[in-house]
Amino acid sequence: MSANFYYGVEVFLNGLMTGVMYSLVALGFVLIFKASGIFNYAQGVMALFAALTLVGFQNGQIPFAHLINAIFGTDLHHFGWQMPTFLAIFFTLLVMILFAYIVEKYVLQHLVNQEPIILFMATIGLAYFMEGFGDLMWGSDVKKMDVGIPQGGNLWLEESTAFLGGEDFFGFYVDNLDIWAAIFAAILVTSLVMFSQYTKTGRALRAVADDHQAALSVGISLRTIWVIVWSISGFVALVAGIMWGSKSGVQFSLSLIALKALPVLMLGGFTSIPGAIIGGLIVGVGEKMFEFLIGAPFLGGATENWFAYMLALLFLVFRPQGLFGEKIIERV
Amino acid sequence: MLYREAGDFKTTYAKDQQTFPIAFDRRGYFLTLIIAFLVVPFLVNDYWLNAILLPFLIYSIAAMGLNILTGYCGQVSLGSGGFMAVGAYASYKLMTSFPDLNMIIVVLLSGGITALVGGLFGLPSLRIKGFYLAVVTLAAQFFLVWLFNKVPWFYNYSASGQISAPEREILGYAVTGANVLPWVSYLFCLSFVFVLAWGARNLTRGANGRKWMAIRDMDIAAEIIGVDPLKTKLTAFAVSSFYIGVAGALLFSVYLGAVEVGEAFGISKSFLILFMVIIGGLGSIFGSFAGAAFMVLMPVLLKNIMVGQFGWAIDLAAHFEFVIVGGLIVFFLIVEPHGFAQLWSIAKEKLRLWPFPH
Repeated sequence: MSANFYYGVEVFLNGLMTGVMYSLVALGFVLIFKASGIFNYAQGVMALFAALTLVGFQNGQIPFAHLINAIFGTDLHHFGWQMPTFLAIFFTLLVMILFAYIVEKYVLQHLVNQEPIILFMATIGLAYFMEGFGDLMWGSDVKKMDVGIPQGGNLWLEESTAFLGGEDFFGFYVDNLDIWAAIFAAILVTSLVMFSQYTKTGRALRAVADDHQAALSVGISLRTIWVIVWSISGFVALVAGIMWGSKSGVQFSLSLIALKALPVLMLGGFTSIPGAIIGGLIVGVGEKMFEFLIGAPFLGGATENWFAYMLALLFLVFRPQGLFGEKIIERV
Repeated sequence: MLYREAGDFKTTYAKDQQTFPIAFDRRGYFLTLIIAFLVVPFLVNDYWLNAILLPFLIYSIAAMGLNILTGYCGQVSLGSGGFMAVGAYASYKLMTSFPDLNMIIVVLLSGGITALVGGLFGLPSLRIKGFYLAVVTLAAQFFLVWLFNKVPWFYNYSASGQISAPEREILGYAVTGANVLPWVSYLFCLSFVFVLAWGARNLTRGANGRKWMAIRDMDIAAEIIGVDPLKTKLTAFAVSSFYIGVAGALLFSVYLGAVEVGEAFGISKSFLILFMVIIGGLGSIFGSFAGAAFMVLMPVLLKNIMVGQFGWAIDLAAHFEFVIVGGLIVFFLIVEPHGFAQLWSIAKEKLRLWPFPH
């Protein structure tokens, strides 16, 4: 086997890992879409906001320091203590739950029964709001996220595969962080499935996803369910934020991963959790392999920007509801 | 008292079907036109032109374009930024390849080219609907921006990858380039806005517009009563892209002068135009103008207040702007999901009964 083939395999492996990261973001979308029919564009910004909050708590930053300084002429920046990671994660979760509650109370509740496009626009407005709010609260500088997940290439995998290729092949390079992300994603999905299958709340969630009105009529409170769903997707956003933040620093571009998750959703179907995972893997592998085989050598690179969308477009022409989406039935 | 149909007798069908059936509206419309064409050019200066008037005029064209597609034909598009880029690069290539070509023709041809591209990306709309379509139009957005970045032919192999508009004249006055007089570029854009708005209004209330609305309201039912979905959707995509392409060409050649594609025509531009359409009102030409005015004026206003009055740092003001813009969008959607156009028509209804509402 030539070294080139093994490079291909390495690209494939890395694609799988990237795909897992996409799936993490896509999961949050699916959860909210299933439960409330809202296409939540703010999911990416939620990940950014969660990551910012986590780092802020860890480093003991004073919230709104910039704003306070600008108004009162003070010079605040840090409390001067470091918070242990697990405590910071706990507090961040509380913030995300509070956020879910506020969104439900002040936005969603007033937009019940509006057309989907209006709801979608509202989440875009929400995304703008949170983006500015997060920056106001924690400052807009690029922050380093360190929650104790090992980073750098996995030496064991590299050494144990180095013999495969020839002289100039040094084993497969896979980032430890990506492996951990895959493990976390697996745990997350399993626990989400367990939660929705075996708990009372989970059953209520599925009932709401099936039919809003029927769920209401058997006494399930839509509002509570929505708060729960937004909290869960806030949690998923936190996990995604930790992973992406550890990988590339906590900064504005983190919110753009929402745009990466969209084609994943289209491929998998908006309503399917397994769809989000498999769609993520297809997109991750597809775009890395395309870049490796066709994009970089022939098209001048950076095809990752649009490949996923084009793939989704072509795919949807043949199967308009995605891989696992509910069949679209149209009646007059 | 002033705002009544009473006493205004329509004696022909043409009169009965005019855009402004109420005399007061008609007078207001002509007054606005007179002020816009004959008074403003004498008053306009560089600041007003570049901060408010030009962006307003150009974005209203883009908003009208998107409104035709999304508001009248019901196809949500997030690719407007990409289509504006097509218009801009088409006008650049035309201006540099044919230096003697009249600017008006350049802009119209750019619109035409964008219409072709838009029609192409509109093809999947026959199979893909709703949100799926919205996300698919992002394919156009990202692919087009990537294309203009990566293929040097589009930016004439310039080292910076930017395109910049050469100087072109109409009737001896420069309309693009560095030596443009404020009133010339204002009138140039205003003329396009006037003609295109007039066209849009008449297109949308004619046979085409009714077909678009039928497709929007329920495409299967429309198909059953004999509206051809292929033709209808594609004409909507083409006409809408024509408008957006013209806006892109004007934005590049008249307003910005030099453009880097990812920065000027990125995804945020698509969202900006969608905001204009939604806040202004879906399915309304007036709404496109109102939305464009709102989205252009508000950041200017906020910036003036926060940086000018409070003396805050610019980055802080920028964050605050995000918070306020986002908050206002949510607020507007909650209070009036049908936008300014709806507020406007409610106001007119009230005005007809005023001062005796019972």
